[in-house]
Amino acid sequence: MTPMTLTEKILARHAGRDAVQPGDNIWVDVDVLLTHDVCGPGTIGIFKQHFGKDAKVWDRRKVVIVPDHYIFTADKMANRNVDILRQFVREQDLPYYYDVGTDKYKGVCHIALPEEGHTRPGEVLFGTDSHTCTAGAFGEFATGIGNTDAAFILGTGKLWVKVPPTMRFVFHGQLPPYLMAKDLILAVIGDIGCDGATYRALEFDGDGVYALNIEERMTLCNMVIEAGGKNGVIAPDKVTLDYVNARNKHGVPYTPVYTDAGAKFLFEKVYDVTKLQPIVAKPHSPDNRATVSEVRGTKLDRAYIGSCTGGKLTDFRAAAKILKDKSVKIDTFVVPATSEVAAGLKTEKIGGKTLEEVFLSAGAKVGPPSCAACLGGPSDTFGRLNEPLSCISTTNRNFPGRMGHKEARVYLASPLTVAASAVTGVITDPREYLE
Amino acid sequence: MSIPTTILGKAYVLGDNIDTDQIIPAQYLTFNPAIPEEYKQFGKYALSSVPPSQAGLPKGHVPFHTDDEFLSPYQFIVAGKNFGCGSSREHAPIALNAAGIQVVIAEFYARIFYRNAVNGGYLIPFESVERLCERVCTGDELYLDVAQHTLHNRTTGERYALKPLGEIAPILEAGGLFPFARKSGMLKS
Repeated sequence: MTPMTLTEKILARHAGRDAVQPGDNIWVDVDVLLTHDVCGPGTIGIFKQHFGKDAKVWDRRKVVIVPDHYIFTADKMANRNVDILRQFVREQDLPYYYDVGTDKYKGVCHIALPEEGHTRPGEVLFGTDSHTCTAGAFGEFATGIGNTDAAFILGTGKLWVKVPPTMRFVFHGQLPPYLMAKDLILAVIGDIGCDGATYRALEFDGDGVYALNIEERMTLCNMVIEAGGKNGVIAPDKVTLDYVNARNKHGVPYTPVYTDAGAKFLFEKVYDVTKLQPIVAKPHSPDNRATVSEVRGTKLDRAYIGSCTGGKLTDFRAAAKILKDKSVKIDTFVVPATSEVAAGLKTEKIGGKTLEEVFLSAGAKVGPPSCAACLGGPSDTFGRLNEPLSCISTTNRNFPGRMGHKEARVYLASPLTVAASAVTGVITDPREYLE
Repeated sequence: MSIPTTILGKAYVLGDNIDTDQIIPAQYLTFNPAIPEEYKQFGKYALSSVPPSQAGLPKGHVPFHTDDEFLSPYQFIVAGKNFGCGSSREHAPIALNAAGIQVVIAEFYARIFYRNAVNGGYLIPFESVERLCERVCTGDELYLDVAQHTLHNRTTGERYALKPLGEIAPILEAGGLFPFARKSGMLKS
């Protein structure tokens, strides 16, 4: 049998085939469908239009709904959209709904999914959000889709996909303390461009990847869409399985899948992580790469630490390492991705202070968990760029208008670089603040 | 929409990497496209985050439509590389459709936008053979022969070959994923 990559193998299994090849159009069975408050209402509308007013979803235990985009806003339409989700959940009796204003509320869906045990190796996950690719860190096929595709899945449990060819990125070496996964993925995007992986799978491999914790692996997979990738994936190891098994409270069985020896890759690139530098993506594209040393001293108005990319506990631990006993010089916004991360900010300590105390005493503002200003949103969104400001951010995109004002300038960087820059008010190399 | 055989209309020209935030900014995603009155609103805000200097090439500073209009006077968008990159929001092809755009011609597309355009049946995403965003000017009158995948620029007299639609043609002809799945027996009608 022809050897297959991890992505090809998962897709073949879910299409009931022995083998698939890149370029094949196949129908696959879906393990989990994710939607949220921005794309859920449109998806539900199409589902009812095509399957009928009283239609039921194909499998109520495979649908996960996580309101996360426009949550803490007075915007009536945004709140109406959450009501549409609520009503659908009630009529369908869906068990996995993480409602606003309740103890179940989570925040950003891509971080909520693994925390709540909805990510498992070998599975197929579709979500109505481009950063659904984050879950590839758990050794599954995960990608973003639109409302029509999601409505089709709601009714049938199936979707057609074109099997992508795989690009392989190998990282060797132990990550130096001044670098994070964000620097690695910005390096990759800078190297191949924001269309360099269009229609392709990206597989990350090498001891440099397996040395990363699960949250850092999520950061790596999260931004493959910024290179046009269909999915990013990391083969499961003990770190993955320990995390998944601890969270798989629904007891869903799963089968890890691995790339065959001799599988064909369309492209391969090897990095020595010890030789990389802290990196930023300059306005207005995630592939507009510069080393921090090339742009150090660039004046900033604001710093932002949050989102599915840079709002996990690992990200805040890193930022707190720099911000402890310091003050920020520019407006700095801290937004934990989920309620679990927010709880971690209140319990985890560094130098006798909780992470939240570190941020507050440095003069940063800490907001409630949601997508918040990563994608702009309604004008009263926490941290939104309502003026043409320059902002350094741990988020994932910096296209014109992404964080609000269309003339705002957004620099993407690691939490370490963002924290160091918050202290000085200009783009700053984190090495200046790390012992 | 199923595919007409020919389309005549005016071109609106954009550059590379026109992402979904430029096509429909996130603040307008609170409209629900499943409600017809709200679907219309997306047309009004389509392309509203394109920086003015990049809007309506080659000169720029050409508005896609005036502020209070739902429909644009253009039927074609001609763009460069990686059209529709960024978010998975289906609101992006919906916004262009609601504004009256029938065809986008780009060098290539980001995959989720492409899927959404085809599976929702909102517009025809053709790929150009050469880089047309530097050959066609905003306002040029274009005549598209869909079956022959050729484009005639009636303003300049130039003719351009486009890539065949290939495997998406039957989905577009059916009118999107749902009618296609019914036609092919994948879904019971």
